[in-house]
Amino acid sequence: MTPFSRKPPTNSSTKPCGSSELTRIRVGGLELLADLSGALHAPDYRALLVADLHFEKGSSGARRGAHLPPYDTRSTLKTLMEAIERHRPERLLALGDSFHDRAGPERLDEIDRAAIGTLGNAVDVMWITGNHDPALPASLGGRIAAEIALGPVMLRHEPRAGATWEIAGHLHPVAQITRRGRNLRRKCFIGDGGRLVMPAFGAYTGGLNVLSAPFGVLFPERRFRVWMIGGRAIHVFPSDRISP
Amino acid sequence: MKLSSIPTIAPSPLGGGGPQPKLPHFVRDWFATRGWTPRQHQIDVFVKAAQGRSVLLIAPTGGGKTLASFLPSLSELKDSGGQGLHTLYVSPLKALAVDIARNLEHPVREMGLDISVETRTGDTPPAKRQRQRHRPPDILITTPEQVALLISMAEAPRLLGTLRRVIIDELHALAASKRGALLSLGLARLQTLAPDHRRIGLSATVADVNALRAWIEPQSDDEGADELAALVEGGGGATPEIAILDTDQRIPWAGHSARHSIGDIYWAIERARMALVFVNTRSQAETIFQQLWMVNEAGLPIALHHGSLDATQRRKVEAAMAAGTLRAVVSTSTLDLGIDWGEVDLVINVGAPKGSSRILQRIGRANHRLEEPSRALLVPANRFEVLECEAARAAVIEGAQDTEGPAELKLDVLCQHILGVACAGPFHPDALHAEVKRSFAYRRLERALFDKAVAFVSTGGYALKGYDRYAKLRPLADGRLRLAHPRLAQHYRLNVGTIVAAEMVKVRLVRRRRGGLEGTSALVGGRVLGEVEEWFIEQLKPGDTFLFAGEVLRFEGLDGLNAMASRSSASDPMVPSYLGGRFPLSTYIAGRVRAMLADPASWGHLPPQVRDWLSVQRWKSRLPRQEEMLVETFPRGSRHYLVCYPFEGRLAHQTLGMLVTRRLERMGAQPMGFAASDYALSVWAVRDLSLMIGTGRLSLQELFDQDMLGDDLEAWLEESHLMKRTFRNVAIIAGLIERRSPGQEKTGRQTTVSSDLIYDVLRSHEPDHILLKAAFDDAATGLIDLGRLAQLLARIRGRIIHQPLDAVSPLAVPVMLEIGREPVYGEADDALLEEAANELIDEAMRLI
Repeated sequence: MTPFSRKPPTNSSTKPCGSSELTRIRVGGLELLADLSGALHAPDYRALLVADLHFEKGSSGARRGAHLPPYDTRSTLKTLMEAIERHRPERLLALGDSFHDRAGPERLDEIDRAAIGTLGNAVDVMWITGNHDPALPASLGGRIAAEIALGPVMLRHEPRAGATWEIAGHLHPVAQITRRGRNLRRKCFIGDGGRLVMPAFGAYTGGLNVLSAPFGVLFPERRFRVWMIGGRAIHVFPSDRISP
Repeated sequence: MKLSSIPTIAPSPLGGGGPQPKLPHFVRDWFATRGWTPRQHQIDVFVKAAQGRSVLLIAPTGGGKTLASFLPSLSELKDSGGQGLHTLYVSPLKALAVDIARNLEHPVREMGLDISVETRTGDTPPAKRQRQRHRPPDILITTPEQVALLISMAEAPRLLGTLRRVIIDELHALAASKRGALLSLGLARLQTLAPDHRRIGLSATVADVNALRAWIEPQSDDEGADELAALVEGGGGATPEIAILDTDQRIPWAGHSARHSIGDIYWAIERARMALVFVNTRSQAETIFQQLWMVNEAGLPIALHHGSLDATQRRKVEAAMAAGTLRAVVSTSTLDLGIDWGEVDLVINVGAPKGSSRILQRIGRANHRLEEPSRALLVPANRFEVLECEAARAAVIEGAQDTEGPAELKLDVLCQHILGVACAGPFHPDALHAEVKRSFAYRRLERALFDKAVAFVSTGGYALKGYDRYAKLRPLADGRLRLAHPRLAQHYRLNVGTIVAAEMVKVRLVRRRRGGLEGTSALVGGRVLGEVEEWFIEQLKPGDTFLFAGEVLRFEGLDGLNAMASRSSASDPMVPSYLGGRFPLSTYIAGRVRAMLADPASWGHLPPQVRDWLSVQRWKSRLPRQEEMLVETFPRGSRHYLVCYPFEGRLAHQTLGMLVTRRLERMGAQPMGFAASDYALSVWAVRDLSLMIGTGRLSLQELFDQDMLGDDLEAWLEESHLMKRTFRNVAIIAGLIERRSPGQEKTGRQTTVSSDLIYDVLRSHEPDHILLKAAFDDAATGLIDLGRLAQLLARIRGRIIHQPLDAVSPLAVPVMLEIGREPVYGEADDALLEEAANELIDEAMRLI
């Protein structure tokens, strides 16, 4: 576990450009800002949180003959860099499954490998391990940890049913609302004030509906809210407004 | 199609003494013992085929086409059967193969021939298929997908090298589709394997006969005119008698239910021996069927037939029709093709005919005896459809055709074919390119594009970063390419074909059983009623009722890939709004409707209500001349509307709506939404559009300028769901992503990647990729209908007339009624999300 202590905020702006309003999410007393990209900014700690980058998912099936466009890592990195530009954090905390599989780091091409290297110039990178990437090579740069304490809140890959204050990834939450006979399905943050599960950040990541069983264990009796990521803004809905 | 129903009448126009001796004796004798005379076209096909020509036979259903196509084979096989596969008969309908085989066996037996006839479809047991590879029959009746599978086998050269004849049934329907493109490539392959084989194409009447003649014939290398097969025309039969339902009821302004004319439809059914009631969508089929049973006082046997129903259910209905025990069948296009139902004497088409050829084909289903006119009744469901029915009737009387031409240069299909060829054995790219160019559909395929397709098959064909290590095709020393691993061939065989179905969910009928714990009721039973698109089921909540398989069902819940539903006593269900089975309004019919509107002298046939409607329009606003486009602007409620009337079909209007809204936004009109019908487009905005146009701040010429097909289109395509849907199909056909196998659980964190995400990534990193080109080509003629839109913008240049109004005009009413009724596919999603969020805020802020 790697603890973080609170740092006094500096004078730089935390306002994301492009989106009109900041969407605030509170977890265990922490004030967090949700970004349209699916990242989460903790201004008090000057930290940007992302979950489930799944680098090299595109190339993961190549051996079996699935030749998906191998540009997902590049896309994900581009979105990530833009979020870093917006929030100018001091550190980047990746909440696990940063690579789609163990062999992912080896499959990186030179451009993407270099881009991950330059991340380290802009921010301190901390990789939390996940079930897809339980071991990460040191050559990646940055620090590697199983969990991180962000003040009172634990950051980890898989949410833990008993945990009090935590931010996790792993589940790839999406929520759906039905409006005028149409289903609108979007990646989302899901939380209850004590726990927050972040959306998957990677360009090729899918999603799991927040009304499915794994979320029920974490948020019994549907006591949660979702922050759905639209094209222009993030919208918050209580659990009774969303559909399976 | 049904050989045993060859009419006994019809003395040949040339009598018995003309060309008849050219048929071999045993065939003439067989005709004589049956008391029949061969039809002229049967003789002509035989003669042309005997001369070594490939032949296109165009004849209406019921003309003995199938027998005509088999006579050359029977003659050649008379004394030389059992020497390998001689004839391949390709039918688009799997269900038909068995019927054709059975019907062929009668003459084969009666002529005393020792010829083996077998079928091979997806339903054929593996053991039989295996045996056919080693001991093939003389005549094999099969589908385009099976042809693709046959040529992908290692033993293809031996198995198919003996071929002498290939017969392609329903060519008019097949050639227009990707299945046709796949078959076209398959034929080019067969040409290499069996250079001496000749082809016979069977077709209904089409607009461009020469395109089909060329489709049948192998094409040559030179860039000159297409090579054409010989043509035999079977004559059209009598001109059909078409009536348009004249009702005392008020004709609706919009909608497609035709509820107002149910009584009249029932009346017509009662007076017919057997009626086929055709509709355009499955939801219409369900609704009409349910309503007919509500008025079915005589308890007439009326059945339902559409693509979502369980196959055994459909076969039952077909059998009952063949046995003549039904009085009417309500059907979608599932009965457009196929077996002749002997007893059908009336075709009722409910809703707009949409195309002249489509309605001719449907009317032809009542063509019991060729020499008697078919009888048809057109039932318009709204006022515009009255105009459309009139236009269609005039077109049918003239015999005007508006069929689509053959599909060409489908790149996703080409990719699939290349892999299929590689599965059979190594190939040389030069030779395969030359071979592919002999197919009609790819005769203009440039080498560079072909090479891109080969690169895609091998490594995905990406520019910046390759999968060379994992290439599916490996070069040999002689320049040929071979498959890297046999596993890829197995994989290919599971994914072959060009039909990409929407993800479907089985609808299972369950009963609620009381009891259990604390009043919960268990669900028991489980007969499968059919299948329905997953997206439709996903929008249902348990307890919602919907119409399916002719019953009102209550949705109980989803169990894996089964939708559990119980019988409901509700009488007013939430009707399933299947989009399946919608047809575009043909350019030809649209042109006729525009001409009719422009010419009040032609309104004589129209019902008084419709005449009044148009007269009031002329008085209150105006009627556009045929080449003009009328644009009306008027205020209503707190909004300002712009309604235009391009008559180019709903898909083109929808695209126009997207693009026009973007431009209005830029011009500062603050547009809020739009609705499209087959005839018109309505856009609404915050700003006063009449005023903006009147003061020159908004130029209609600019708004509808052709340059909207540049950057605006580009920007819209980036986020268009229609493009994404098209891309998914292309990616599956080309083999980039797999079809979802049945029973595969949706976990959300599945290892497969959604095609939408692939589209986004590919588009931003490699916009010139071959699959994006394939998707764009498909969408341009399909879901976004750019072709029609481009034609429209060119047609109306300098011919836009503006009419500011104080209130809505009569002509605008139908499209105004569409507002909120037809969801525009997935474009204003963010607006909806915001609306949902704001509604919540409003509720929270309300004081009471």
